[in-house]
Formats: sequence, C-alpha cells, structure tokens
Amino acid sequence: MDELMLDGNAVAGMLSEVFAVEMTTATMTCGNCGTSGAVGAMHVFRGAGIVMRCPNCDNVMAKIVEDGTRMWMNFGGTQALEITR
Amino acid sequence: MEGTTVLGRLTWQPADVTGVVAETPRATTIAFDVPGWAGHRAGQHLDVRLTADDGYQAERSYSIASAPDGMHIELTVVRIADGEVSPYLTDDLQPGDQIELRGPVGGYFVWEPPLGGPLLLVAGGSGVAPLMAMIRLRAAAGSDVQTRLLLSSRGWDDIIYRDELERLNGNGLTVVHTLTMSQPPGWAGYARRVDAEMLAEVGPGPAERPLVYICGPTPFVEAAAQALVGLGHQPEAIKTERFGPTGS
Repeated sequence: MDELMLDGNAVAGMLSEVFAVEMTTATMTCGNCGTSGAVGAMHVFRGAGIVMRCPNCDNVMAKIVEDGTRMWMNFGGTQALEITR
Repeated sequence: MEGTTVLGRLTWQPADVTGVVAETPRATTIAFDVPGWAGHRAGQHLDVRLTADDGYQAERSYSIASAPDGMHIELTVVRIADGEVSPYLTDDLQPGDQIELRGPVGGYFVWEPPLGGPLLLVAGGSGVAPLMAMIRLRAAAGSDVQTRLLLSSRGWDDIIYRDELERLNGNGLTVVHTLTMSQPPGWAGYARRVDAEMLAEVGPGPAERPLVYICGPTPFVEAAAQALVGLGHQPEAIKTERFGPTGS
C-alpha cells in the first residue's frame, strides 16, 4: 500500500472542467479485469500528472496531464465510462 | 469555447476571505463568501488555486467543513511545515483577501438526511472536516439519525472542533475520541490507533447496516476500511476519502 495514493475524489475538480456532470459517482470499468466501480473509489497517484489505477487489479485505467492551457487525457486502460445524465 | 462558461462545467471563481480562526495549534478554519456559489452537499470538496506574482500556480483539494449555507463556506486547513500551500493559507490569509476556488465537487462521499442511517463516521485528524459538514447538516436539519463519530487525533489539544463536538454530542450523536500520541492526565478513553476491536466496540455492527464514511490519510483509511470489512460490513456501504501529501 502506497502512502502517496489518493482516490478518484482527488481528480473530481479537474474532470469537472471537462465533463458537465458529477464525476465521482460515474462508473469506470477496468479494461484489464472488467471490474466496475465509482470514479471516487479508483486509486489515484499524483506526480507530474495523474494516474488512475483499478483498485482490484492495479491496471492503469487513465492518465491525465494538464498545464495552464491544455489537458491531455488517456483512457486507454478503461473499457467503459458510464455517466448518469 | 475559450473564455466562455458552459453550464454544468466548473470554472475557477473568486472567493472572499471573511474569517480566519485557529482550531488547534496546527489547524486553522478559513471562512469564505463565494459570490454566485452554487451551493454544496455535505461531504463535498473543492480545489483551491494560488497564483504567485510570477504566475506560478499551485492547486490543492480541501473538504468543505461547513453545512450548506448560501454562499458561505468554511475550510479547515492543517499547516504542513514544508508545504507549498498550507502555510500561506494558515499564516498569511486575512479577512478581505481573495483566492480562487473551483467547486463544489464530488457526489460519492456525500451524506444528506434522506439517506438515513445509522451512520458510522471514522476520521483521522483533519479527515474530520467533511464528516463535520455531515454532522453540522444533521444538526441543522434536526435529524436524529443514530450517528457515531470515531475521531483519531494525536493529543487532546489536536482535536479539531473539540468544543463544538462536545456541544453536539447527544440526540443520537455519540462522539468517541482516540488519542494516539499523548493523553491528558486521567484520560480513560482510547489511546491507540483505530483497530478492529475499537471499531467493533464503537459500532454500529454490521447487522445494523450502517452507512460508513471514512476520511483521513491513506494508511488510516485503508486500515479502517479493511478492519470494517473484516468485521462483516458490506464493502459497498463503506465510502472512503483519502488525502495524501497533496494536502500540503
């Protein structure tokens, strides 16, 4: 267990600049093991950017990097992102 | 799209500091008025952005400690000695200053009276802040939902909201403290880190199907959540919010 680990709540503000709905209750499905869970329950690591990992299998589900004018998002490890309208 | 605001998306907005109050030697509560604040739900958080004269910006996330109350919000910030943001917030901010906020955010770690209970709230240090928003909302709404708060602090003088919690204790709210590093003379309460035995004693047990909210440093949250699952609580009923060194 990593002391530096956060959870999906920590990226909610950043995601809210992109998505028009509340994102911590959105459901992410892991592209590796197929486990689904709330964005708020995903494991998050913050370095130069954000890495979101599956709490079940540790697969990298998303990577997000931002600077003052751009945000770069890679959801390559996510099978599905389900949002309630 | 540049320069426009799309309804539903959040942008940075100015917040006016209206009060600064020391809670403990390390924790300070900062009150803001946020013109146009959309309102928040108990348990939500926001992001704070500071901009230096040279344009350098730093962002941190803080839980909102106050119950929903118009455009008024309160944050409780623990000063991290070598932190980049917290010393400025706790030492330098004065009423009349302005900073930037983005929020409220989060719908996962939220409690409101219609969700009912019983509630088991478990906090490590300043992790009590979002749980305090729930407790304050519960009191303001006149709710008598059975609520236990287990609050782990280093010592008696480090207990955030100590006097207010003492006042609110009762009417279905039970506050239990554990003091992990130092205890006042004659202390008869818990004096160790939160563990399964303590959680079982504080209750409510799994049979009562409590809604569980745990907030604190990541190792604290992991230990408490694993202990509760070990006691038979349903993982889906346990909501967690971790804070790490980005809280500096």
